[in-house]
Amino acid sequence: MKAFSYERASSPADAAARAAQIANARYIAGGTNLLDLMKLQIEAPSHLIDVNGIGLDRIEETAEGGLRIGALVRNTDLAADPRVRRDYPVLTRALVAGASGQLRNKATTAGNLLQRTRCVYFYDPNMPCNKRVPGSGCSALAEGAVSRQLAVIGTSDACIATHPSDMAVAMLVLDAVVETVLPSGETRVIPVADLHVLPGDTPHIETTLRPGELVTAVTLPPPIGGKQSYRKVRDRASYAFALVSVAAIIQPDGSGRIALGGVAPKPWRRDDADAALPKGATAVMERLLAGARPTEDNAFKLLLAERALAATLAEAKE
Amino acid sequence: MERVPTPQTASPPATGAAATSPVRLTINGMDQALTLDNRVSLLDLLREHLHLTGTKKGCDHGQCGACTVIVNGRRINSCLTLAVMHDGDEVTTIEGIGTPDHLDPMQAAFVAHDGYQCGYCTPGQICSARAVLEEIAAGIPSHVTGDLNAPPPLSAEEIRERMSGNLCRCGAYANMLEAILEVADTQGLPA
Repeated sequence: MKAFSYERASSPADAAARAAQIANARYIAGGTNLLDLMKLQIEAPSHLIDVNGIGLDRIEETAEGGLRIGALVRNTDLAADPRVRRDYPVLTRALVAGASGQLRNKATTAGNLLQRTRCVYFYDPNMPCNKRVPGSGCSALAEGAVSRQLAVIGTSDACIATHPSDMAVAMLVLDAVVETVLPSGETRVIPVADLHVLPGDTPHIETTLRPGELVTAVTLPPPIGGKQSYRKVRDRASYAFALVSVAAIIQPDGSGRIALGGVAPKPWRRDDADAALPKGATAVMERLLAGARPTEDNAFKLLLAERALAATLAEAKE
Repeated sequence: MERVPTPQTASPPATGAAATSPVRLTINGMDQALTLDNRVSLLDLLREHLHLTGTKKGCDHGQCGACTVIVNGRRINSCLTLAVMHDGDEVTTIEGIGTPDHLDPMQAAFVAHDGYQCGYCTPGQICSARAVLEEIAAGIPSHVTGDLNAPPPLSAEEIRERMSGNLCRCGAYANMLEAILEVADTQGLPA
């Protein structure tokens, strides 16, 4: 690990102001992804701003009847919150499908959204990766590469990495909104749908956050009911990233919302696919995965996603 | 496996800022005041600085659970957190849970059921196992919990799922499960 200086921030505004003053500074909260990457020197910040003590660890009800989740709320606490379990069960289901008990006790709401891909070539400093070293090439697209885990849609010739979060897929289907503070002290709101960006020819740029911008909360709109589920398909029964996941909210009339994880560089949803829900899984996937460009290794994900959705829809009718 | 930091090859920290930080924490009931290289993980603090070698370094990337300790009442991977981030925290390691003369009930049950083979993963397994029973008692749901609005049952399925962050290369899982279920039973936790 490269040497770095360290400080504890006293407030969100203080943290953001400090981040703008120091070159190559990073925020640290749970640390479960950043420290992992720092050990491999994939991330090498010269300064860490510890944001754990800045009071963003509460879940509060909003005036509109939704919930405001502090950026530092731990995954365990968010999953276990009685209001989340009752009104937003897709979120609890997604959270407990991710990582291990130890990791969920540390990982935070904002950190979960901002975690980096687990593409094996991104994680191997000896291999070219456009996300890690812009312009170096994409090992996952090279002859003979292993791309079973990787994305089938939203990709580019520069990158086919997936976004690894389960929680973010549930946040997308719930129309969650991210709240931030900028180094100037100004605040803004970003729909989760607009937080992550597709790789294009700049796969190292992963979000619409500006330099030094700090996520302070994630807000959920009022509950919309429906049968909510998170179906995660992976290579072992627990503690593995998704090959494909389906976050679903299905209303009694058959309408609803669907988002996919494990298939794209960001949580994946399309309004026109939601509109096709009453017609069934095949019709939804024709829209949701239109334009997919899988590799030979991961083309199975297209059928797997359709079958996972079909199972979800069958279960919602029970 | 242990790697000593090599400051002479590392890049300097941000100008004017220190590469070390003071930290005070309580480990197994003992107050510790230290000044540490910012890079020292909680795991390396325990093993290399305090010589509490019960906590094991396995993968050092949060994937195996051998380094599991309890911080402020919760189990975490001590490899994925910096020691300097724990100012004021209370840490409990396997050494703080029981001793050879006074075994914790979970340690005794692991012995009785032969819930370990090489023993490398055992301290982390025992720290996790105790936390798992507390998490179920606290009503925290898991991936296999059926009804999210009811207390999770204390079933073998729940324990297996919740122990999935602790890997055992010997495959002693069946015996560990027996040990954990026995402790749950003696604590009167509902099945």
